Amino acid sequence: MKPLNQVQSRTAVLPFENIDTDRIIPARFLTTTGRAGLGRHAFNDWRYLADGTDNPDFPLNKDAARGCRILVAGRNFGCGSSREHAPWALLDYGIEAVISSEIADIFRSNALKNGLLAIVIDADAHRDLLANPGSELVIDIAEGSISKADGSKIEFSLDRFARHCLLNGVDQLGFLLDAEAEISAWESRRAADPWAMERAA
Amino acid sequence: MSPRTIIDKIWDAHQVRAESSETPAILFVDLHLIHEVTTPQAFSELRARRLRVRRPERVLATLDHSTPTLPATADGQRRYVSAEARQQVDQLEANCAEFGIELHGWNSEHRGIVHVIGPELGATQPGMTIVCGDSHTATHGAFGALAFGIGTTEVGHVLATQCLLQRKPKSMAIHVDGALRPGVSAKDLILHIIGRIGVGGGTGHVIEYRGEAIEALSMDERMTVCNMSIEAGARAGLIAPDQVTFDWLHGRPRAPRGADWQRALDAWHSLASDAGAHYDREVHVDASAVGTTISYGTHPGMVTPIAAAIPTARDAQEAKALAYMQFDGGQTLSGQKVDAVFVGSCTNSRLSDLREAAAVMRGRKVATGVRALIVPGSVQIKREAEAEGLDAIFRAAGAEWREAGCSMCIGMNGDIARPGQLVVSTSNRNFEGRQGPGVRTVLASPRVAAMAAVAGVITDPDTFQERAA
Ligand code: SF4
Repeated sequence: MKPLNQVQSRTAVLPFENIDTDRIIPARFLTTTGRAGLGRHAFNDWRYLADGTDNPDFPLNKDAARGCRILVAGRNFGCGSSREHAPWALLDYGIEAVISSEIADIFRSNALKNGLLAIVIDADAHRDLLANPGSELVIDIAEGSISKADGSKIEFSLDRFARHCLLNGVDQLGFLLDAEAEISAWESRRAADPWAMERAA
Repeated sequence: MSPRTIIDKIWDAHQVRAESSETPAILFVDLHLIHEVTTPQAFSELRARRLRVRRPERVLATLDHSTPTLPATADGQRRYVSAEARQQVDQLEANCAEFGIELHGWNSEHRGIVHVIGPELGATQPGMTIVCGDSHTATHGAFGALAFGIGTTEVGHVLATQCLLQRKPKSMAIHVDGALRPGVSAKDLILHIIGRIGVGGGTGHVIEYRGEAIEALSMDERMTVCNMSIEAGARAGLIAPDQVTFDWLHGRPRAPRGADWQRALDAWHSLASDAGAHYDREVHVDASAVGTTISYGTHPGMVTPIAAAIPTARDAQEAKALAYMQFDGGQTLSGQKVDAVFVGSCTNSRLSDLREAAAVMRGRKVATGVRALIVPGSVQIKREAEAEGLDAIFRAAGAEWREAGCSMCIGMNGDIARPGQLVVSTSNRNFEGRQGPGVRTVLASPRVAAMAAVAGVITDPDTFQERAA
C-alpha cells in the first residue's frame, strides 16, 4: 500500500442513507477471482439504465461530479455484507475518500486496509457537506482535519493504528507476521488452558 | 476480578497481545470458515508472498454462494450461471487442495451454507472465536462463540497467521423479557428488534441476547436471531450456552468426546456473563409485544406487524424506499399480490424451518402464477427433510425443491426474480436489487412465506385459515 497523506478534491454527494454494499457493487459481480476492474460496476444498478447507458439522474453521473475523488454519503454508508469488493470497486472507480456521519464497521475496516479513507464526522458538519456538492476539500490524515475552501476545518478522529498504516503505507499482514514468535508462544501456553478444549482439527 | 460479560471472557481468552492506544489487539482465531466468493484474492496474496496457511486444521471450507441449486445434468454437468462462477468454485477446490484445507465440496454429505454446516458438524463451539469472510458469521454466536464477519484482506491475515488485528468492540445487552406469544417465531422477534434499534443501532457493538424468551428458544431459533445481528449493524451477536446448546452439540462429528466432552462442559459452563457485568448499552424488549413481523422497505429496519398499516414516509429516504417497493404509506401489506416465495438462506433454511413451511403447504397448492423455491441449507438438511417426506409435500404443492446453497438470498448463482416482482423471502436482506435488479423483497418467517405462496398474496397467519378455506 502506498503511503497516503492528503486527499484533495471537490466532493460528489450521494445523499441517501444506508447505502448498502449491494448498492455499491451488486452480488452478481462478485464471481470474479481478481480485484482489478471492479470500478465499472461501482453503483452499477443506480448508475446504468437497463440498456447499459448512463443514468442521467444518478448524482455521480452529473458533469459536476465527474472526477471527484471525495464522496460524501448519507448516514450508515457501507452497511450489509463484508464484501471487500465494495472498497475495491470504489477505489477503482476513482474514489479515494468517503465521508459520512456513520459508516458500517466491516466496510470501514476493509476500506482503511485498502487505502480508501473512510471518515466519520459529526452530524452538523455532515449535513452541511451533504447540502453542498462540489465543495473543495483537503483531507489531512496526520492532522485529522478536513479543510474547506473558506478556511474552516472539520475535525475527525481515526484509529491511531489505522492512521499510522495509512501515513506510512504499513502492510498489516507484515505486522502480524512479525508477531509469529509471540503467537507460537501463546499457542503453546494455551495448550494447557481449559478454554482450549475445542478442537478445530 | 470485576464481573465480566461473555464477550469479555472470550476476548480475554484469545488475546495474544492486548490492545494499546497505538495498536489493536492480536486476537487468535479458533475457527476460520471460508467459501468461494471472498477468498480467491486472499489465496493469491498468500501465493504472491510465498506464505503457507499457518493452521490448516482450523480452516473449514464449503461451496455455497455461486453454486447452482439445480441438480447436475444426466451427464454430471453442474449448471453454473456463468463460466466465472464455475471458475470461482474450481479455484476454491484448487486452493484447498494446495494448502491442505478440509473442503466440503460437491461430494461431501456436509456441503451447504457456511453458517449452516459449521454448527451441523459441531465445529462451531461455545467460547470460540470464529471468523468468515461473510457478514452473517454472527450466526455461530448462537452457541456462545464470538463470531464475526471479516473482509478478504483479513481472510489473508487469518490464513497466514491464525490471528486478526482487532479493537475490542463495545457490548450491548438486549434483554428479551417474558415469553413470545404462540405462533410468533424467532424471525419475527429479530425483525422486531432491528426495527426497534435501527439498522445502525448496533454499529461498533457485539450484542448479547438475554432473557427468558431467548433461553426458551431452540438452537435453530437462536441461530436465526444471531444471524441477523449484522442487520442492526452489530459486529456480532451471541447467546450464552446452556443445556439446550450442549444437548444440540453432543455427538456431532467435531464435538469433543468422552473425557474431553466433560472438560469442555466445565469450561463452557463458566462462559455466561457474570452477575453485575457492565454493558456499554442495554435494551429491553417485551417478548409479549412481538407479533408476526414483516419488512416493507428496502432495509431490514423498515418492518411492521403484518396486521398493521405501514407507516407513511417521514422523510425523503423512506419515500424513496416506498417508491421502490411500490407501496403506499397507510396501506396494509396483507392481500398484496406475490410473484415468488423463497424459503432458504442461513437465516431460515434449517430442518425446523422447512417443517414450518411444509406444515402450511401440506395438502395445498402454490397459487397460480407464484413461483416457490425451497432451498435447504445443507446436503444433510436436504437428506433429513427427504427422509421425513417434506420434499414430497413441497413438490405436490408445486414448489421447486432444490439443492443446498445460498440461492435466491443473494442471487449469485442465477436464482433471481424479475424486475418489479415481489418476493416474500425468509432471508435476511431486503436491499434494492438483492434478489435481482429491480426485485422487491419482503422479509418474513418460513410460515408467513409459505402462506404467501399458497394464498398468492401476503397473508396474516391470523386470517390464513379463512382465506385458505
Ligand atoms: S444464505 Fe445469504 S446471507 Fe447467508 S451466507 Fe449465503 S448469501 Fe450470505
